[in-house]
Amino acid sequence: MSKDYEVVIGLEVHVELNTKTKIFCGCSTEFGGAPNSHVCPVCAGMPGSLPVLNKEVLHKAIAVGLATNCDITRDSKFDRKNYFYPDNPQNYQISQLYFPICRNGKVEIELKDGTKKFVRIHEIHMEEDAGKLVHDAATDETYVDFNRSGVPLIEIVSEPDMRSSEEVIAYLDTLRETIQYLGASDCKLNEGSMRADVNLSIREKGSEEFGTRTETKNLNSFKAIQRCIENEIGRQIDIIEEGGKVMQETRRWDDDKEYSYPMRSKEDAQDYRYFPDPDLVPIHVSEEMINEIKAEEPEFRPAKKIRYQEELGLPEYDADQITSEKHLTELLEGAVALGADAKKVSNWLMTETMRLMKETSTDADKLKFSAENLAKLVKLVESKEINNAVAKEVFEKAVFAENLDPEQYVKDNNMSTKADAGQLEAVVEKAIAANPKAVEDIKAGKSKAIGAIVGFVMKEMKGKCDPGEVNKLINQKLN
Amino acid sequence: MEITDETIEYVGILAQLELSDEEKKAAKKSMTEMLDYVNKLNELDTSDVEPMSHTFPVANVMREDVVTNGDDSENMLKNAPEKTENAYIVPQTF
Amino acid sequence: MEKEKILALTAVELGKAIAAGETTSVEATKAYLDQMDAVEGAIHSYVTVEAESALAAAEAADAAIKAGTLTGPLAGVPIAVKDNMCIEGSRTSCSSHILENFVPTFTATAVKRLQDAGAVILGRTNMDEFAMGSTTETSYYGPTSNPWNLEHVPGGSSGGSAAAVAADECAMALGSDTGGSIRQPASFCGVTGIKPTYGRVSRYGLIAYGSSLDQIGPLGKDVTDCATVLEMISAHDEKDSTSADRDDIKFTEALVDDVKGLKIGLPRDYFGEGLDPEVKEAVLAAAETLRLKGAIVEEFDLGLVEYAIPAYYVIACAEASSNLERFDGVKYGFRTPDYADLHSMYKKTRSEGFGPEVKRRIMLGSFVLSSGYFDAYYVKALRVKHMIKDAFDKAFEKYDVILGPCAPTTALKKGQSLSDPLKMYLGDIYTVSVNLAGLPGISLPCGYDANGLPIGLQLLGQTFDEKTIIRAAYSFEQTFVDEKKKPDLTAVEGRA
Repeated sequence: MSKDYEVVIGLEVHVELNTKTKIFCGCSTEFGGAPNSHVCPVCAGMPGSLPVLNKEVLHKAIAVGLATNCDITRDSKFDRKNYFYPDNPQNYQISQLYFPICRNGKVEIELKDGTKKFVRIHEIHMEEDAGKLVHDAATDETYVDFNRSGVPLIEIVSEPDMRSSEEVIAYLDTLRETIQYLGASDCKLNEGSMRADVNLSIREKGSEEFGTRTETKNLNSFKAIQRCIENEIGRQIDIIEEGGKVMQETRRWDDDKEYSYPMRSKEDAQDYRYFPDPDLVPIHVSEEMINEIKAEEPEFRPAKKIRYQEELGLPEYDADQITSEKHLTELLEGAVALGADAKKVSNWLMTETMRLMKETSTDADKLKFSAENLAKLVKLVESKEINNAVAKEVFEKAVFAENLDPEQYVKDNNMSTKADAGQLEAVVEKAIAANPKAVEDIKAGKSKAIGAIVGFVMKEMKGKCDPGEVNKLINQKLN
Repeated sequence: MEITDETIEYVGILAQLELSDEEKKAAKKSMTEMLDYVNKLNELDTSDVEPMSHTFPVANVMREDVVTNGDDSENMLKNAPEKTENAYIVPQTF
Repeated sequence: MEKEKILALTAVELGKAIAAGETTSVEATKAYLDQMDAVEGAIHSYVTVEAESALAAAEAADAAIKAGTLTGPLAGVPIAVKDNMCIEGSRTSCSSHILENFVPTFTATAVKRLQDAGAVILGRTNMDEFAMGSTTETSYYGPTSNPWNLEHVPGGSSGGSAAAVAADECAMALGSDTGGSIRQPASFCGVTGIKPTYGRVSRYGLIAYGSSLDQIGPLGKDVTDCATVLEMISAHDEKDSTSADRDDIKFTEALVDDVKGLKIGLPRDYFGEGLDPEVKEAVLAAAETLRLKGAIVEEFDLGLVEYAIPAYYVIACAEASSNLERFDGVKYGFRTPDYADLHSMYKKTRSEGFGPEVKRRIMLGSFVLSSGYFDAYYVKALRVKHMIKDAFDKAFEKYDVILGPCAPTTALKKGQSLSDPLKMYLGDIYTVSVNLAGLPGISLPCGYDANGLPIGLQLLGQTFDEKTIIRAAYSFEQTFVDEKKKPDLTAVEGRA
């Protein structure tokens, strides 16, 4: 390589808002469902149908804008974007071009080495999603399903402020976290509730001008995004070094083959002929509406992390892990509010919960158990009603799997390990008597030898006692 | 306003219309005439005038986020020229 | 009651007669179906006659009226609906090939209101394809003839509705008006028609042409019928974001014969060159009639009249080009039988499915929205629209009502207009500005030309002031001596 190149990256991120209904009609947005079962004349493009805006979509869009430091457009409008494609029932998409709901925002990202920078947001606008096309290779036919048509999206367009794939991932992470915390979307790349298109160009380091950029779509994971960026950088540098010109085009990424190819054909004229949709009326956003929405803003991750450390005494690592998923923070805070010890709750989330999440491939927002039941479990251990081993079993089988009340479960299955004090003392004495060698070793300073005596007690008690308690008693008796 | 053959081709793609050579000629002529006539609007000084979409001021028409529609797939597919039991069929897309 | 007697009644009179037991909905429906049998061959007002469902609806209406559950003014009255309003189970074609087999699964709100009130739908009336035209000659299913003279057009695009009312093929009809499509055919066919203020009547279920201009309205035998129907279909609809929420809808209260002190403006720019002298004479005579009844009639300069048509065509064609994109052979309607791939399917379907006038307007509309031209044409037209609205606002500061002709001529001969589209567009000069400004307008008969063709008078009101124009129209109607009233169909009846 003869020159030093810099990569310039901007992102267009589409986020599916988690409202109950579509943006312009009263059809359900629920995932799944037989094809075309959540469809009506409006979202199927029937002649004579008319759109009516879902107020919750506007609220969530404004909330995202406020959380990303945008100016909210006081007079916003919808525009039609005209192009022919079968997943587009009207062959126009209702979107916003001229007066998007939010503009000029910025998001702070932090890199691994601790440096921070701002990525500016050019605009955020509302639009409707298209339907799904499914191709059947056997019959060579394509089927159209409009269930997804009309699902509300916001498109977040960044300025070309990113300079590496690390910055891109940090930006996406921050966006995702912010939007999840707002409760506006679950932002999952692999499920399509968050989609990122990468706009990338190359220029010589130090140059003020932008090179020709390409847009790449179909990036369904962070890994795919990273691979795509590296690949596209290489591809563009190769072209430039060979004296060629980078074509401005839209490309599609194939993560299996790890390459991209150009998407559009000449039939797809890029002229979308945007014009204000005459079927919809302008949106006037009042100061009042903005204040109402701002007042509903939750505590975001950075503040929460600090509070967990300062007020709840959690170590930084734990605070970081738990705040990475909004649902985990809800479980923590819920359990703490019911009187459970924060550190202990945190432990349960960090160890057993995360282990089981991985084993069962469950996402945090799909966890079944309630903060109430978690708090109960923690208290059961604290009060020594059950020991840690039993608690783990109760958690896995009852709380995590079925969200059963652990107190009831322990009762029903006779799992209490609270030993009768007299009985325990008697068994401890028996154990000491039965293990003279161990006693000798302990007295000789080999403290680990206590394990044999503890083991004897546990066996006699059939596990229904607290090992820590047993340890204490043994030491008491020997001294 | 000169309407060229390229313009007619281009607009045909935008509108997904396939015109015969005769129709293209007629389209060129009628568009040229119409646009010449429409150019009359340039006689008006509109520099101080806002574009008006709606003739009476109405804004913020919205609905509640409540599901009101159920499964109407039978009706939605009733008029489809080609369909399976629950989907529309189209020729291959790419 | 005899067929002739039934047909001679207005819709409101018929409703009263049915309620009083002097006739029944079934008898009335049969009378109208009979008339349709007799004259349809020559006039062709209807694309689809729905005799079976009409008789079933009539029976149901009679039962409900007897039970006392249906008491409105239109209960049991047979009506016709223009073929661009969706009616569940009724083939709705917009007089186009591309919707030849389209049967909607829901009913337009305005139509549903009439159905719920007990009106009986006789069938779907003919129109210019997708409402694009002024003569009903662009219909894929053949033209409609003017009942006053079969060689002439009935006007358009609601030509079928107007002709059906004039030829006693229905008691009243619903039409739609984007640039004059209710008022001009009403004028050509000697009937009354109202285009309401934009937003008065829900557009839900109306297959869109120019979304910011379209309105559904009544065509009927007199002002009372039209006011009655308008009252029934005007309501806020939450399915239509552009629907107005108003409580001033008691239009029948305006059926008062009193114009004393009413300030009527006559735009000088409406009466200049290009206006047929017989039309001019009849319209000015109408103004004089109102003046003699106590109105204050004054000439004034409205301005911007010649800019209304280019502004209208840019806006209407632009919106239409987008509204008609959904007709692609995928979800409903015609699909070309022969195609290689997706885009050839789109192109062939649309090119074979749409007629030449529709294609012409789609091309123009796509062009004026395209990159590089959007500001110069579309946005410019929206600015001119604003100026036109301001000019009307200024006029309505001085006048209560503006009076003028509906069209520069009486009904043209068939086959004259289509060869010169620009000339045809110029015929809309008195009507399009009303749609641009969103104002209400009423058209009613005020005379005949030397050939016996009807001449229509147009009264325009300020936004949401239907009551004033209805009062003015009603007052004129009470005094105007209509020497002919109905076309002579004796030569027509029975002609195949």
